[in-house]
Amino acid sequence: MEATSQAIEVRGLRQSYGDHVVLDGLDLSVEAGETLVILGGSGSGKSTLLRCLVGLERPDTGRVSIRGTDIFAAGPDELHDLRQHIGMAFQSGALFGSMTVGENVDLPLAEFTLLPESTRRIIVRIKLALVGLDGAINSYPSELSGGMKKRAAFARAMALDPDLLFCDEPSAGLDPVTAAGLDRLLIQLKEVFGITLVVVTHSLDSAFAIADRIALIHEGRFLVTGSPDRVRHCPDPVVRRFLERQPEEETADNQRFRRWMLEEESVG
Amino acid sequence: MVRRSSATLLEQLAETGRLWRLAVTAVDQTLVEPWRGKPIRLRETVRQIVRAGNESLSLVALIAALMGIILALQSAYQLRAIGATHLVADLVAVSITRELGPLMTAILIAGRIGAAFTAELGTMKVSEEIDALTVIGIDPVHYLVVPRLAALLVAVPCLALFANLVGILAGAGVGVLALGLGAGGYLADSLAALELEDLWAGVLKAFVFGGIIGLVGCQQGLGTRGGADEVGRSTTTAVVRSIVLIIAADLVVTAVFFVRQ
Repeated sequence: MEATSQAIEVRGLRQSYGDHVVLDGLDLSVEAGETLVILGGSGSGKSTLLRCLVGLERPDTGRVSIRGTDIFAAGPDELHDLRQHIGMAFQSGALFGSMTVGENVDLPLAEFTLLPESTRRIIVRIKLALVGLDGAINSYPSELSGGMKKRAAFARAMALDPDLLFCDEPSAGLDPVTAAGLDRLLIQLKEVFGITLVVVTHSLDSAFAIADRIALIHEGRFLVTGSPDRVRHCPDPVVRRFLERQPEEETADNQRFRRWMLEEESVG
Repeated sequence: MVRRSSATLLEQLAETGRLWRLAVTAVDQTLVEPWRGKPIRLRETVRQIVRAGNESLSLVALIAALMGIILALQSAYQLRAIGATHLVADLVAVSITRELGPLMTAILIAGRIGAAFTAELGTMKVSEEIDALTVIGIDPVHYLVVPRLAALLVAVPCLALFANLVGILAGAGVGVLALGLGAGGYLADSLAALELEDLWAGVLKAFVFGGIIGLVGCQQGLGTRGGADEVGRSTTTAVVRSIVLIIAADLVVTAVFFVRQ
């Protein structure tokens, strides 16, 4: 498998559940070493896109190539090799609850390397120190705070020194200070290891803090893709509404229902 | 109404298809692949065997003893009418070994261990741990299902043999205390009544039941969608489905042995 300058290439990706089209023929390219943020609101299709990118969901049509390998056409061995170059930090952390934090980070090393346990233990300590969690090596995930769980998830995702790191909503559910800390951690990971980052988020602050490029997704389509400045100045009304945090326009039904409630209250 | 029934039927068929696919993959990885150089996770398998034993041994002993006593009393009630209480030992030994020992053990394990498998894997599924395994490059079937299936393929036959022993001894207790039979004579009659095929039929049934509990428990866990309430629903479904399949499989194995004779 040869490393190409294009880390990820997506062509004509379409995914639907019944009649509901979630991804509507997406095209996307991510350069090696780039940080791409996929930004979008709830139900925009960003998490489904991420699941398709890492092979957790097979799209109806379209192609996803990672490091030049079509992940839905690759054989099991090829896919197995490719997975060792990919890390993913899940929204909830997805740490294995029956294992300590250290064992969680050690799992990919134990499964895919022939390193002796003593060496693996040192690597685990280094990875946890990288995310500021070296003191939590023997803790169980249930003993960690939300921010610590996400940091531990980063440490596990980085265990095999991947070229590509996918992050699902890294700042979701965290207070602003902890969220900013995680953004800084992502920037540091990228600067130190030169990895390609794909981050899915709905947080504008995080997106503009870490992105080299932003792809704003809405109803399964990219409305705008480009540098943070380009996105910031995009005149598209839907993009403006998202960036300026304006609520969606009320539907006629909602307005009727609100009028009816007000009338009921005044009668009561 | 008709549309809802056909949707339910389709969902049941899809569920059967998913169970079948998991069965083919998991049985291949448990019984065939180890001979081709892809070993199962032995340490985890042993841990699951010990767990199944630890969590079930006392309960299996209690239920087997109660079944032995009930069976001996019921047999005595019927046989006394024709003056053949000495046949209680034969009846209890054969019934327990061929049928009740494996069946009761399997039903207990389905409720105790199969349900735990579903709850564990279901919780892992809804908290994205199964997805995390897949992204890391670890096959969830090989990592999670195979050790649990292998453990039950070993543990259920062992527990069934233990249940047989306890059930026969409990029956002997009734024979000695309530029917006035000699302990030595009762046990000798029990042994004389049993043929090797009785033992094998029971062990084979327990092996099949173990496979059913492991597969259904894991399949329901891996198929859980949504949140915590779905884990509960999957667990209940796993126990009910396991028991139905165990009894259906029992009929098939019993019929095969009946036809062979």
